[in-house]
Amino acid sequence: MIGAPARTPVRPAPRRARSLAGGQAHPRPFGHRDAGFFERSFFGLDLVLLGAAAAISAFSAYTLAVTTHDDVAGDPHYYLIRQCIYAVIGIALMFTLARIDYSRFRELRVGLYTAMIASILLVLALGEATRGSRRWIELPFFTFQPSELGKLILILALAAFALDRARHTSEARRTGRLLLLGIIPAGIVFLAPDLGSGLVYGVITLTVMFIAGISWKHFAVLGGIAAAAIAIVLVGAPALGTPILKPYQEERITSFLNPSEDPRDSSYQINQSLIAVGSGGKTGRGSEATQTQAGFLPERHTDFIFAVVGERFGFAGAAFLLSLYALLIWRALRILTLSKNLYGAMIAGGIAAMLMFHLFVNVGMNVGVAPVTGIPLPLMSFGGSSVVVTFMAIGILQSIYVQARLNSRNRAPAI
Amino acid sequence: MFRNGDRSPRPSQFAFRVALLGGGALVLFAIVFFRLWYLEVLSGDRYLAEANNNQVREVTVQAPRGEIVDRDGKVLVDNRTALALQVRTTELPRGNRVLSRELRSLGQVAGMSKAYIERQIRKQTRESPASPVTLRRDVPYDLVYYLRENQGEFPGVSVDRVYVRQYPQGALGAHMFGYVREVNPDQLDDPRFESLEPGDEVGQAGVESTYDSLLRGVKGTTRIQVDASGRPTGGRLSVRRPEAGNNLRMTLDSGLQSAAEAAMARFGLPGGFVAMDVDTGEVLALGSVPSFDPSVFAKPVIPPAIYDQLTTGTDAPIFDRSIQGGYPTGSTFKLLTATAALEDGAITPEEIVDDPGVLEVGGVKFENAGDAINGPINLQTALQVSSDVYFYKLGLELNADDNPEGGALQNWARQLGMGSRTGIDLPSEAPGLVPTPGWRDQLYADQLTDRSWTVGDNINLAVGQGDLQATPLQLAVAYATLANGGSVVRPHVGMRVEDPSGGVIQEIDPAPRREVSIDPETRRSILDGLHAAAQEPGGTSYGVFGGFPVDIAGKTGTAERGLAVEDQSWYVALAPYPDPEIVVVATLERGGFGADSAAPAVQEILSEYFNVKPEKIEQVTDPTATVYE
Repeated sequence: MIGAPARTPVRPAPRRARSLAGGQAHPRPFGHRDAGFFERSFFGLDLVLLGAAAAISAFSAYTLAVTTHDDVAGDPHYYLIRQCIYAVIGIALMFTLARIDYSRFRELRVGLYTAMIASILLVLALGEATRGSRRWIELPFFTFQPSELGKLILILALAAFALDRARHTSEARRTGRLLLLGIIPAGIVFLAPDLGSGLVYGVITLTVMFIAGISWKHFAVLGGIAAAAIAIVLVGAPALGTPILKPYQEERITSFLNPSEDPRDSSYQINQSLIAVGSGGKTGRGSEATQTQAGFLPERHTDFIFAVVGERFGFAGAAFLLSLYALLIWRALRILTLSKNLYGAMIAGGIAAMLMFHLFVNVGMNVGVAPVTGIPLPLMSFGGSSVVVTFMAIGILQSIYVQARLNSRNRAPAI
Repeated sequence: MFRNGDRSPRPSQFAFRVALLGGGALVLFAIVFFRLWYLEVLSGDRYLAEANNNQVREVTVQAPRGEIVDRDGKVLVDNRTALALQVRTTELPRGNRVLSRELRSLGQVAGMSKAYIERQIRKQTRESPASPVTLRRDVPYDLVYYLRENQGEFPGVSVDRVYVRQYPQGALGAHMFGYVREVNPDQLDDPRFESLEPGDEVGQAGVESTYDSLLRGVKGTTRIQVDASGRPTGGRLSVRRPEAGNNLRMTLDSGLQSAAEAAMARFGLPGGFVAMDVDTGEVLALGSVPSFDPSVFAKPVIPPAIYDQLTTGTDAPIFDRSIQGGYPTGSTFKLLTATAALEDGAITPEEIVDDPGVLEVGGVKFENAGDAINGPINLQTALQVSSDVYFYKLGLELNADDNPEGGALQNWARQLGMGSRTGIDLPSEAPGLVPTPGWRDQLYADQLTDRSWTVGDNINLAVGQGDLQATPLQLAVAYATLANGGSVVRPHVGMRVEDPSGGVIQEIDPAPRREVSIDPETRRSILDGLHAAAQEPGGTSYGVFGGFPVDIAGKTGTAERGLAVEDQSWYVALAPYPDPEIVVVATLERGGFGADSAAPAVQEILSEYFNVKPEKIEQVTDPTATVYE
């Protein structure tokens, strides 16, 4: 045995889990694996996503507090208090949704879809007229806007429908089916008439189809049809005497192209918004923000809140806010890639697209590069339905994140 | 990527699709960031200026126009402040629906119909395009407060304090003041109105126009900060206080003016009158009947019915007969004929001329009025009884066919101020007309009349008939010239311009237009004749002035105005005789003989001037001798 070559390779000592090396008997539930700055978690949630949303919500509360304290006589905190209540409700729903496995929504797709169609039809039927469009349902304590919640439900339902019989039907049938399912609610909302939300429904539909893997060829055809439709709506139909868009809608869409033409027309808002944003300069005008404070800018607490930020807090404030949104969108897209299944990826994609569309159309309208469409800025604009639904969407993103983490922990070799 | 969960296939080019989504987000973020950079950092200053500009409104504050007072300081025209409900059309909403909703609710709170508001806007914008439309003056305070509290619902509507001309003496002197209106585009080109902007108000007639630059004042401007609905937000950026206009003291004696207007109005006929200081040309009273309420021109829109009533027809009240009415003067012209004949040497005061009651020239008979036959008479008697034949003969003698400018008669008429404007400080004066051979021959050459000049024209002119046109004021100047010994005074109604605290800015004391040399003997003999006409038995106005406690010289006139029209009555008085200080002229269209209407009116004016009560006297001579001329 002496001659036995001592060639036995030296086996390295079995590696112990780093958690043990860290002196812990049990691995932490999740989220500690590569605990870089962006990977800290909070109840297993994506802390960055949560932080960005909370920061935007706080920014909104502060902006509303300094901007609207003279708006409602005798109640300086009217908008602030309400916005905070909406945020609290939204955050509660967010945590609830984060704890639920989003995959369950797949089974509920038909019910969800039917409820959504029913609710937006209900608005058409009995909603009260507000500025020529019906978007609200009066509830005892607040007015509820089903088209906002509908966006989220559409994402959940459409992504589920996209998975149905994915391998058993032809590509074209699948495309047509999804398109139809998306166009129906979009059309109803459009008739409400709520042009902005109609467009959001369309964008959601396209994005879900995009992530679902609809072929490029189909997208090319869809693009062609869309271009033709726009041409007909804006040029063809009015020429034939049957305009599809209401005059104010058409004006809004086209007026951003030359805002200074007549300060009293529909481009008045754009013009005032540009002056507000521009006058903010690098660091903002603070309490000297006359554009927003003296009432030149309409809808300053809702659609044009970004202009308020631009005027009050300047480029610095607006850029900071945009950075928060960049964080939000980055996390949404990252969750898309982390998702444990295609269903989650499609949902995350739909939500990301919804947030992006809201963000860029609203901010674009505030800085004069997009038409005025009455789309709120997520979490910033005052409004219960929008705030609550946005937090719910973030809750679903968190759910996808949580499920992805659970899944990878279960599967990944610990050692 | 999808380790388990669903059995879906991994979509083709999944990573590429996600990257595309992310790339799109990146591009959009970049667009928004650069746009923000451009707006806030690169163009921030420009937008800041625009934002500041957005909130500054220039509010002009009307300057109160100067007051107009009579020679004793009695206020004739001043201002009252009124709360006017005004609409600035440029600030009204553009959309038809919004506009009509605003006008309807404005109508509801202001108690007027929407149609009324629209009509006012249309009318007043046509008349004064640059001024706010005044819907109502003297709005109640609760409306003022309501509109202020709800300013946001009524863009372009405001209640402003405005100055409105008011006339404490009512219609007194109405013709002289004129009115104030928005400056019109033609006037803006005029150097006189250089400093004005569209929308400013200027005097458009009367002394308001003549002394406009002095009365006007300088409007103030306040630049204030406002919010989007035009509500002031507190900050006053600059204030230029309005400067009140200067006051105008007129030569007018409102007591005399009032008496004169009453005396004239008694007859219910159109006419004009003047009372003037013979030495200085200061007008003590001047006016026209029928008169009108001058405050009607202070209204934003003159009601059409009133406007028509004021301006149409031969008896239109707006027409100032004292300076715009060119009439034949009848026998009152004999003073000029006598002056011309005496100065020309055609006759002497004592020369006896036979008056057989008719003068026949070239087959045409010129007769005395009323077929009177006065027999052999001298100048004094001729004036006293107003012999026409005596003056026909002078007209015949002074005729100068071959001179287009006429002879001594025309020359003296022009010297004494006929045929040209007197230069009074009131606009729109009529120049009148002295007929000459040249004038009539030209008319004939132009086929505007059926004959050329004949001696008959000169004979008619000698007694103030025919083509002669003179205003009461011109006649007053001619009489004053004789009375003061040869100064052709420039009549004026303005006496002095005073600043608001009473300091004298400018004395208005225009020099006589010219001096003419008149032999004192000429003056004395004519005045004697006129004195006899007024106050000696047999004089044409003895019935009126026979019992007048002050000695005067006076001349009746009865001008023929065509076959179907009643004669026009004239009277001119110089008082006191023999050294007159005042000349009074009155004329009444269709007033009949001079002694019928004009003379009693002048008598009332002089009674007021001398503060006397005339006794009624009995007619002592044959009525035909006193009444007919």
